[in-house]
Amino acid sequence: MLTFGMITLTRPDPAVLRNGLPAERPVFAAPWEAQAFAMAVELNQRGLFQWQEFADLLSEELLAAGTAQDGEDYYRHWLRALERLTAAKGFITEPERAQRQAAWDAAAKATPHGEPIALEKAARGGR
Amino acid sequence: MPHDGHHHDHDHGSELTETELRVRALESLLVEKGYVDPAALDVLVETYEKNVGPRNGARVVAKAWDEADYKAWLLEDASAAIASLGYTGRQGEDMIVLENTPETHNMVVCTLCSCYPWPVLGLPPTWYKAAPYRARSVSQPRSVLAEFGVTLPDTTEIRVWDSTAETRYMVLPMRPDGTDGWSTEQLADIVTRDSMIGTGLVEAVS
Repeated sequence: MLTFGMITLTRPDPAVLRNGLPAERPVFAAPWEAQAFAMAVELNQRGLFQWQEFADLLSEELLAAGTAQDGEDYYRHWLRALERLTAAKGFITEPERAQRQAAWDAAAKATPHGEPIALEKAARGGR
Repeated sequence: MPHDGHHHDHDHGSELTETELRVRALESLLVEKGYVDPAALDVLVETYEKNVGPRNGARVVAKAWDEADYKAWLLEDASAAIASLGYTGRQGEDMIVLENTPETHNMVVCTLCSCYPWPVLGLPPTWYKAAPYRARSVSQPRSVLAEFGVTLPDTTEIRVWDSTAETRYMVLPMRPDGTDGWSTEQLADIVTRDSMIGTGLVEAVS
């Protein structure tokens, strides 16, 4: 979906594919990847954590068993690292996240296809 | 969820994947608590999708090929020399530029995660983030280079540099023969992203 101003710089190399290194993908393969990326960068820019703290967690996640060899699930690990860091920093607790995730799930299921999904105030835990 | 263009009955709701739900949960909580500003997130996404990419690095390389003084500065204090062209930002604070020569070929990896010089190269390609490259570029650099179509003479020493959250590397590839008298713009056009990671060579094709 999203491309980058790098078309002329990237010559797809069939040899790379043939020998098992993964193919190119767009910068972000889905909007959620972009959102997960931006949240981490923004929190770091605001000085809410050191990049090293995030890199350490990301590295742990990437080294964990079950990581895709082709890097395809990279941003899933990024997201998990960010969830862990925001919990460790006390920004968002795990139960709070779980509750909010359930609220989004309910909101999605109650929203007809093609319409924007919004959280009701009540679903936000009365905030 | 993807739409296939067919008519959907509106008697059932939408479905978000678990990952999408997690992202929405995290983002909505961070926004409500004032940790992030949604507008700033949009700007970041736009920036990294559209504005920051290896063309920045290509201009740095072309200028270094063209101007000996700039090249000396770049190799001495890469962060400052790069910032002078306006390429600043996250993950580019402590840059080191490595010069490729007939004797030494440099290539860059991040074995732990995917540290990468965003301001000059944009976000890393998938293969850079993938386990095979991260593991094998250290243990078998020549074979990895061969997979990228790069074969170097046995007399060329290969140095593999492991990026960290503190230090980011960019390779200054060799200027190809047959480019005398080219403008900086022409030179920048032939510099590939991979050549600045060290997994490619620059060829004089315009």
